[in-house]
Amino acid sequence: MRISIRDTLENYAFVLPALIIFSIFYIIPFINVFLYSFLDWDGIMRIDSSNIVWFTNFTEAMTDKIWWQSVWQAGFITLIALTFQNALAFLLAWACDREIRMKNFYRVIFFIPPVLSEVVVGLVWKWILDGNYGILNSWLVSLGFPNLVKDWLSDPNTALTTLAVVHCWKGFGWGFLLFLAGLQTIPRELYEAARVDGANAWQSFKKITVPMMVPVTVLVMILTVLGTMQIFALIYTMTGGGPGYHTEVPVTRIFASMRGSSRFGYACAQGIIFGVILMIVSFIQYRFSKKAKA
Amino acid sequence: MRSLKWITLLLSVVCIFCSAGCASKQSAETAATVTVWHWMTDREPAFQELAKRYEAKAGIKVDFQLYAPSDAYSQKVRAAAQGNTLPDIFGILGEKRDFSSFIKAGFILDLTPYMEENSGSWKNNFFAKALAVNEFADGNSYGVKAGFYGVPIDIMTIQMLYNKNLFKKLGLNPNKPPETFQEFLDIGKKLKEAKMQGLVSGWGEVWMIDCLANNYAFNIMGEKKVIATIRGEVPYTDPDWIKVLSLFKDMQESGVLANGLVTMINKTAEQLFANEKAVFAFNGSWCVNVYKGMNPTLEYGAMLPPAASSNYPMAIWGGAGSSFMVNARSDRKEEAVKFLKWLTDRDQQAYLSEITNNLPANKNSLNKIPDILAQFAKGMESATHPNLWGVSEYSVVIETLDKGIQSIIIGEKTPEQVAAEAQKMKEREMAKKRR
Repeated sequence: MRISIRDTLENYAFVLPALIIFSIFYIIPFINVFLYSFLDWDGIMRIDSSNIVWFTNFTEAMTDKIWWQSVWQAGFITLIALTFQNALAFLLAWACDREIRMKNFYRVIFFIPPVLSEVVVGLVWKWILDGNYGILNSWLVSLGFPNLVKDWLSDPNTALTTLAVVHCWKGFGWGFLLFLAGLQTIPRELYEAARVDGANAWQSFKKITVPMMVPVTVLVMILTVLGTMQIFALIYTMTGGGPGYHTEVPVTRIFASMRGSSRFGYACAQGIIFGVILMIVSFIQYRFSKKAKA
Repeated sequence: MRSLKWITLLLSVVCIFCSAGCASKQSAETAATVTVWHWMTDREPAFQELAKRYEAKAGIKVDFQLYAPSDAYSQKVRAAAQGNTLPDIFGILGEKRDFSSFIKAGFILDLTPYMEENSGSWKNNFFAKALAVNEFADGNSYGVKAGFYGVPIDIMTIQMLYNKNLFKKLGLNPNKPPETFQEFLDIGKKLKEAKMQGLVSGWGEVWMIDCLANNYAFNIMGEKKVIATIRGEVPYTDPDWIKVLSLFKDMQESGVLANGLVTMINKTAEQLFANEKAVFAFNGSWCVNVYKGMNPTLEYGAMLPPAASSNYPMAIWGGAGSSFMVNARSDRKEEAVKFLKWLTDRDQQAYLSEITNNLPANKNSLNKIPDILAQFAKGMESATHPNLWGVSEYSVVIETLDKGIQSIIIGEKTPEQVAAEAQKMKEREMAKKRR
């Protein structure tokens, strides 16, 4: 079947609005960020009167210890999210996929944290974890564990892990929903056939559930990595990156360069480096997932 | 079917260009009004009332537009500057370096001719230190033409506050706050025994640590040496700076600092102090209105931070609390200046002060202010501000110092280590500037 020029033009015309919107809101800003990263620009002066510093912003970011500390700290939170958060999400999804009472109620409950504002969640948890008047410490005392009482967010030994746990609480609902959807697509006949063949629950889980859930798991893992590495609002509201630099992550550093230091050019360079890091991580994950599928 | 497709396509294109159309319409609607952007949530009702009064008096509509929180406001102003869509009147949040960038980029009107006309009648209404925050002197290091570029609408001082009731419970005289640093540290022991929290402040937002550190730097080494440090003539590893940093270690060890101070935001600190859960606070004069809203019966007093040395007087940050600037590219700049003259006149300033509990910038409006505000106003005698020093420290150096002080408080670093890190950062920035 031949497509006429008129049809081709018509098709392009339908794509055009989306292309214009995509260009205005994604491609042009990205090009601008790339260009600004070569400038010593404070975000106020006219761009054409800013000094071109070429790769100075990039070399400074690459040798900035605090920047790399922030990347590692985001990596730590991501690791906790990949393991603890996703394991919890999978277990709860698996439980809700079975014939249990009030499963619809649980589905709603588990999906409440992700729909709450990160700022609200941050403030509520900050109050719960407060070292002086927080409920967590007061519960620990009343349960007979006064030695466990801590200033959770101001102690450098616990601040980052505490934030990671709150982030997992906030985010596990997304994984739960995706895992649940994935579990529901597995044909029930496979389990029935396995049972007839004498497989026990563990064998069914290992031989049917796990392989069938690989694509969903890969998707959840990629979303977890991308979402967690870009964590910001929760940290901003709970610790502001402190104490010291102990809870700084790349986005808080980029924000500090822009807002605190008025170094927009440097912030753009940090943003590009961070984008490249995320692309590399996603690419590695994608390669692993292809291998796993094979 | 084909015609339906084309209608759909046409509608999509119309939708895309609608946003541009809306913007033009908005511009046309606001042509007859003076637009003011601000971030001051607590002053919004008072501003709206004053706008009504001005419209009734002068026949010019003033549209106050609130953008909060201050971080979001700050970004909006910068974005508007790039897009050349700044309003007729706006405020700038940030360091004097940012202020100078706005001026050099041609966004801010030089108000000197208006200030000087009629023998300086407008200028003479203001507290000198409040106006000085918006002034660039001859030969300033920012390269800005000398003159006045902003209008202060209120003044502020940042001081220490103490709770009189909790002082009584600790067996202290509620009318005699500590005057020396040692007296202050001694209260730490009493606080520990009584299991009370000491000093609260927004030290999680770091700039308030910078403020207190600077207060003590002025007290220990004097203004000249502080400014010489900023100029790069005195290193941060100087023994006097080590002394300043050591004060934070002493405060932590004495127990006079509240737990969790290093990640505390100022709003939390204000709640703790207003609810009588902390004995001391380090806060600005804007807190009077905040505490009044949170706990109208709170009994507290303002005091200078207890002196750590008798070499130099204690200095506190003070000056213009909030200022407005006129857009140099606005078609309505004359109307904007007229409105600002009216806004900073005695009656309007007295009204703003009465409603918002902020100190007026017009010195003729100080007659009827509450006692606690009068205590803050007294602090103006000891006031200084980075915007008055003529030089600005590099932001990254300030961050290194402030984060370092957080590390000293949590016992992770020594004052000497923090001083060395700040000096290293300073040298790096100075080398960059030389290049």
